[in-house]
Amino acid sequence: MVLYLKEFKIKWGMVIDLDRCTGCGACMVACQAENNIAPPVDASNKRYSMTWLLVYQLSNKQPYPNHDVAYMPRPCLQCGKPNCVPVCPVIATDKNQEGGIVSQVNARCIGCRYCMAACPYHARYFNWQDPVWPEGMEKTLTPDVSTRPRGVVEKCLFCHHRYMYARDKARIEGRDPNALNEGDYIPACVEMCPTGAMVFGDLQNPEHKVHKLSKSPYAFRLLERLNTKPQVYYYSKREWVRKQGDNYLEHETVGGV
Amino acid sequence: MSDKELWPEGVQRCSLKLFIAWLAVVFAVLVWGVYAAYVVWSGGLIVTGMDNYFAFGLYIIFDLGVIALGAGAFFSGLLYYLVRVEGLKNIINLAVIIGFICYSGALLILTLEVGQPLRAWFGFWHPNVHSMLTEVIFCITCYMLVLTIEFIPIILENRKLNKIKFLHHMAHNFHVIMPLFAGVGAFLSFFHQGSLGGMYGVLFSRPYAFREGFFIWPWTFFLFILSAVASGPGFTMLVATLMEKMTGRKLVDFSVKALMGKISGTMLAIYLVFKYLDTWAWATGILPRSGLTFSEVFYGVAYGKWLLFSELVVFGLFPAVLLLYSKTRNTPWILYSACTMVGIGVIINRYVQTAQTLAHPIMPFDRWYVYVPTWAEWAPSLAVIAYGALILSLAYRYLPVFPQERKLNQA
Repeated sequence: MVLYLKEFKIKWGMVIDLDRCTGCGACMVACQAENNIAPPVDASNKRYSMTWLLVYQLSNKQPYPNHDVAYMPRPCLQCGKPNCVPVCPVIATDKNQEGGIVSQVNARCIGCRYCMAACPYHARYFNWQDPVWPEGMEKTLTPDVSTRPRGVVEKCLFCHHRYMYARDKARIEGRDPNALNEGDYIPACVEMCPTGAMVFGDLQNPEHKVHKLSKSPYAFRLLERLNTKPQVYYYSKREWVRKQGDNYLEHETVGGV
Repeated sequence: MSDKELWPEGVQRCSLKLFIAWLAVVFAVLVWGVYAAYVVWSGGLIVTGMDNYFAFGLYIIFDLGVIALGAGAFFSGLLYYLVRVEGLKNIINLAVIIGFICYSGALLILTLEVGQPLRAWFGFWHPNVHSMLTEVIFCITCYMLVLTIEFIPIILENRKLNKIKFLHHMAHNFHVIMPLFAGVGAFLSFFHQGSLGGMYGVLFSRPYAFREGFFIWPWTFFLFILSAVASGPGFTMLVATLMEKMTGRKLVDFSVKALMGKISGTMLAIYLVFKYLDTWAWATGILPRSGLTFSEVFYGVAYGKWLLFSELVVFGLFPAVLLLYSKTRNTPWILYSACTMVGIGVIINRYVQTAQTLAHPIMPFDRWYVYVPTWAEWAPSLAVIAYGALILSLAYRYLPVFPQERKLNQA
């Protein structure tokens, strides 16, 4: 089994400030609208939901007045060493394009769901039912995002179509499409975040804000010790929040500060 | 009306009426399963108990279970054709038929399990050489072909068919080349039994299933092979015994059954040595490295520690001792009970590797969920058992499956 870490010159990533996130859910709505995710027929069972980006509620489990909560938006973490890629029997998912985004080819996926079993973040979603949009809503679909049929797995792609737009725009303007400026390409969730908790850019580029933020001692990655090397970083000055980013045994101290 | 002319020479069978009545019961279960398959294909997998947490469910657990229990085919074939354990001659036909049933049944269930069944061939067309599932897809399909080739000469030995000169020679020639297919089958089955275990062992982000590796294979690769060859021969023997109870005729000499039990017990003992080492290394190495304690990976009744204790002691160590000790092994009811326990143990293992692996919350703020299969999962699984009963019933009635039957029933 190849548990490889592919390196890219450009590595698109996100830093989410959990001290700023209010859990408003605007990112979730933006994601659903941008990526043509059909409204659920029956939303009563959340385990059938199609939420490429899900906001978790974290609690320090202390009684009032010491009780504290944090909200953690979780897109696909675009792992540097994704477990979902080597397990897929048909190469429907891969991490091979400059930018380091884990792709998902809907027309190739056979729906075996092995990638879902492999992902510890529950970032992959299966189409349990055929997507149905209420009459008239088809006019709001994003034309550059394919809709997915029942029986395939899908996931957040960091709004990859926006990356394509940004590259095309750069070419038309005579700029290098491989050297996009900060802000040329941002996913819908980041654009919509009202508190500015989500920052997006090239983790490899020192001129991008995410590069600096990801190096902060307050930055951490989900389940760091599993060595999946996510390209999404979280940021919090609260130690208990950072501690919930990974499983820590009683005698262990949290990373960062 | 009688179909006596189709029976193997010198044997007794029940009346055709009774046989048809039995088949009607079998067909009723089959029809229920086919209806469930229709519901799954038309309505999608939403009708099952699987969800975004439980990507795999009863279908996979059932597949893993029957494939392990069907391992008697490849392992008995290996011991009989290549190692030349002569005693197995009297049960090898049954082992091949059970293997055929288990593998074809598993493939039938897999057509339901895949979200896009019409794309199932993509596994051959766009194979990912890094995926253990790709290896499973290739090996399981090839081994199914081998099992079919092994089953054909048994069919051709039907009294009427064997009178046709061409078919008679064909059956003979198939028998001549059978050691080759037994070898190919053992090779293929070894790899895909292992790859089924490897599928879980490579999930490096799922600490319940993840295991360290030996070259490209995680330990679970070898543990699955060993546990399958431990349970398969015993299961074959149990099916023979069940057929004896149902038909009221002696089909296999007890010494053959005891031999199958001895093979099961020996392989189980070898398996348990490695399984205990694996469990210790997992509990003291992989879990703490993942920031987890032993207690944290168990939950409630559905995923409790009792499962591990049952698997390793009650349905592991205990039957292994019973099967290794000749006095207990040669006592029929103890032999049957011990082999049943081995089968239960392997099914518990396949269950926890599948359901518990997925249920265990890995993110600290996540929670446990319990998976409950729906009727749409039970029905096809039971239908595969009915399908097995159908094949075995037809084979028993019309094919010379048991070479010892005439001699054992002469008195």
